[in-house]
Amino acid sequence: MVTATALEAELLELAGAVPDPELPVLTLRELGVLRAVRLHGGDTVEVDLTPTYTGCPAVEAMSLDIERVLRAHGMREVTVRTVLTPAWSTDDITPEGRQKLAEFGIAPPRVGHDSGPVPLALGPTRTREPQSPAEPVRCPHCGSAETELLSRFSSTACKALRRCLACREPFDHFKEL
Amino acid sequence: MTATGPTARTAAPAAVPVTAALALGDDALVLSHRLGEWAGHAPVLEEEVALANIALDLLGQARVLLSLAGDEDELAFLREERAFRNLQLVEQPNGDFAHTIARQLYFSTYQQLLYTELAGTEGPFAPLAAKAVKEVAYHRDHAEQWTLRLGDGTETSHERMQRACDALWRFTGEMFQPVEGLEADWRGMEDRWLESVTDVLGRASLTVPQGPRTGAWSAGAGRQGLHTEPFGRMLAEMQHLHRSHPGAAW
Repeated sequence: MVTATALEAELLELAGAVPDPELPVLTLRELGVLRAVRLHGGDTVEVDLTPTYTGCPAVEAMSLDIERVLRAHGMREVTVRTVLTPAWSTDDITPEGRQKLAEFGIAPPRVGHDSGPVPLALGPTRTREPQSPAEPVRCPHCGSAETELLSRFSSTACKALRRCLACREPFDHFKEL
Repeated sequence: MTATGPTARTAAPAAVPVTAALALGDDALVLSHRLGEWAGHAPVLEEEVALANIALDLLGQARVLLSLAGDEDELAFLREERAFRNLQLVEQPNGDFAHTIARQLYFSTYQQLLYTELAGTEGPFAPLAAKAVKEVAYHRDHAEQWTLRLGDGTETSHERMQRACDALWRFTGEMFQPVEGLEADWRGMEDRWLESVTDVLGRASLTVPQGPRTGAWSAGAGRQGLHTEPFGRMLAEMQHLHRSHPGAAW
């Protein structure tokens, strides 16, 4: 990320502090979706934003929020570009971001996990995958590693719905991508 | 879709093969619309959410792809049936839940193979393919798990799943017709598709359909703009609002 001037660094920080519209505990910087801020002249700025999922409807709200914040900071023209390369990955979420997700009751994605679904064997009713040898998805409420998948898709595309077998609470898991 | 959305502003590189952008974009758009028809009708709440999320991923892909070919709203809402280049498979009505799952299994297996190929090229579709292939892996997994559950479930679910796989089989040959402007090993993809689908159906105690994989038409199919009868009615519903109220926005 090129931050040539002090003002660019300041604008990057401002844009990065914008909360995610769907997960307001996270900032855009912590989510890892803000790629670059480029200043052209004194008051024209271009921002590169990458979507989490291709169809993520939050991108438009994020763009508007970034525009509003940067205009309030004296920028006359703000352009937010959507960039797809390199593709966003849950590994781009910062350690503070993961921490905040867990505190918010959402199991954070595992780091360096091979993205994509984990193959699982079908039980008689619910599915309970053989936990990957590396790292189980822990319950964000009680910390138990004994959790099962209820549905691959939850309230948003980026989450799966799971249930804790120890405390019985259902919870969202920010699934690896 | 709004013309002012951020995706619409993504600069279109000069050398985008329009036919290919329409083929890929129309597949995603049409299947997204079909899956959206499940809203309020899915058998359980989790599936309501899952199918809507898959539809949303596909809509996101469609927006990027159609924007490479032109104005996304004009392309989605103002083209006639014959101008759409999607596979006939994706326009088939939802049918029962097993039908939808069979369509998902056939299509997501294909899309995962195709996007994997495109992600490895230097072409204009590589960025989208590299991003979307990770989403499609979840779509395929969803379809596979349901195929196993229905195929290896009750007598009724098995029978319905088999019927769905049989009914849609004749739309699967079209997927491997080379598309102008797409660099891919179509023969190799077809072999890998058959291998993958055969494996899933086998584990689901289902029989791989034996019938022909294309219809009797020699003039082509969806990729040539020739569609099946239900597609016109789907388009009428999808385009009705925009055509009645040109330029309407939320």
